[in-house]
Amino acid sequence: MINIDIKKRLHGSNGTMDLMVDLQIEKNDFVALAGVSGSGKTTLLRILAGLETADGEIHIDGEAWLDENHCLVPQKRKIGFVFQDYALFPNMSIEDNLLFVNKDKELAKYLLELTELTELGKRYPNSLSGGQKQRVSLCRAMMNRPKLLLMDEPLSALDPAMRIKLQNEILLLHKEFNTTTIMVSHDPSEIYRLANRVIVLKEGLILNDGNPREILLKTNGSQKFSFEGEILNIIKVDVIYIAIISIGQQIVEIVISEEESHHLKIGDTVNVGTKAFSPIISK
Amino acid sequence: MIEILQNLEFGPFLLSFKLAGITTVILFFVSLPLAWFLSQTKSKMKPYLEAISALPIVLPPSVLGFYILWALSHNSPIGAFFDEYFGIKLVFNFTGLVIASCFYSLPFMVQPLQSGFESINKNMIEASYVSGKNKIQTLLRVALPNIKPSLLTAIIVTFAHTVGEFGVVLMVGGSIPKETKVASVAIYEFVEILDYTSAHVYSAIMVIISFIVLLSVYVFNHRFNKKLTGIDK
Repeated sequence: MINIDIKKRLHGSNGTMDLMVDLQIEKNDFVALAGVSGSGKTTLLRILAGLETADGEIHIDGEAWLDENHCLVPQKRKIGFVFQDYALFPNMSIEDNLLFVNKDKELAKYLLELTELTELGKRYPNSLSGGQKQRVSLCRAMMNRPKLLLMDEPLSALDPAMRIKLQNEILLLHKEFNTTTIMVSHDPSEIYRLANRVIVLKEGLILNDGNPREILLKTNGSQKFSFEGEILNIIKVDVIYIAIISIGQQIVEIVISEEESHHLKIGDTVNVGTKAFSPIISK
Repeated sequence: MIEILQNLEFGPFLLSFKLAGITTVILFFVSLPLAWFLSQTKSKMKPYLEAISALPIVLPPSVLGFYILWALSHNSPIGAFFDEYFGIKLVFNFTGLVIASCFYSLPFMVQPLQSGFESINKNMIEASYVSGKNKIQTLLRVALPNIKPSLLTAIIVTFAHTVGEFGVVLMVGGSIPKETKVASVAIYEFVEILDYTSAHVYSAIMVIISFIVLLSVYVFNHRFNKKLTGIDK
């Protein structure tokens, strides 16, 4: 059980804002932290790791990491931290990167087997692909059997196929080590697949908190489909208007009325919904 | 030509290299924590410390030499203290030269190390902290091994710069054979007594040695960067 009640004033690119978070996280939970950039997700993660200070309290299983009198240094928190840019030590082989955390050779061997990296043990980080590097980074984070695993957009630099492979490995390690995991992520499918709880931050405050299904599904009322997208262009073809909208990785054309074309402009974020009864799914 | 080389007095060269070697070793241990601190700190004192440590680059050697001479002499509390309690004189001898050289060459050790440390990915340093390693372990096992080119540059440039010093040495050490008469001072004296042949030989040796040293630094750094990034720059 982790109790977090913290406050910190941030001076970001959008001016000053207060990060105020009051949360309880259950043991073995997998929590996704979402929200637009600049909302305080990474800062919250860094405060949990002890890499930044804050006012307030953090207690984990009754142990105080942060209170009025002291702030436990990151070295003593027994956490795992996975960085977006891997942050491996280029001067050490893959094995030594793991053994740097602690000298448990059995555990290192086991982790490398689990992530199918055994053959790369003697290689150096610079000869690895991005996906391999992030797996090493994940293994390194597990080396001190962390109570709390923190991940800052761990998969955002990888291609979709590699993401799915790593999502499975993250889930495997999360269960295998009975750790509590907090992951910053922007990818709804990733959040849905991995997390059992989503916390959405906005301007330093918790905007939404619940299970991924409730929070990620964008439909409302009788709508069967609803997607959020950005208007890329509005063109007039004969007598109708067509909006080109980017939804996720795809671009779609949608017919709009002349009146709609007047109050929509390029760059607007819009919801595209439909009430079609039986959508066709093909492979 | 061979005759000239055979009669050549190598004492001043040896003295120059001895001075540079000792200065480099002392400065390495002094500068390592200082450069690490400067690269990591967010303290308001940082620009002041940086300015002070860079002063020897801009000050005329005579100014630096004059202050050091004064500080180490009888007329200052420091010089008087050492003379009175330890019976050590600090000016016009080799010890004085080492102290003066340490001040003179300090920025040439601190700056490459500091910029090396600053170029390290901050996440890597934090990854080491999260892995349970303290600042000293992080410095020795993560930071230093990843800035080998800066480390080599710092050591070589400090060494070469100390070999090349003239003004400070002359002010603090004078020109006592086998004690403070280093190569640069010897060349100056050859010119003064119009012995151009010896001045030529000494100067040529200095040029050749300096070139070889710098060339090896650049060759090494080129190879190291290639190895680290896989890119042939």
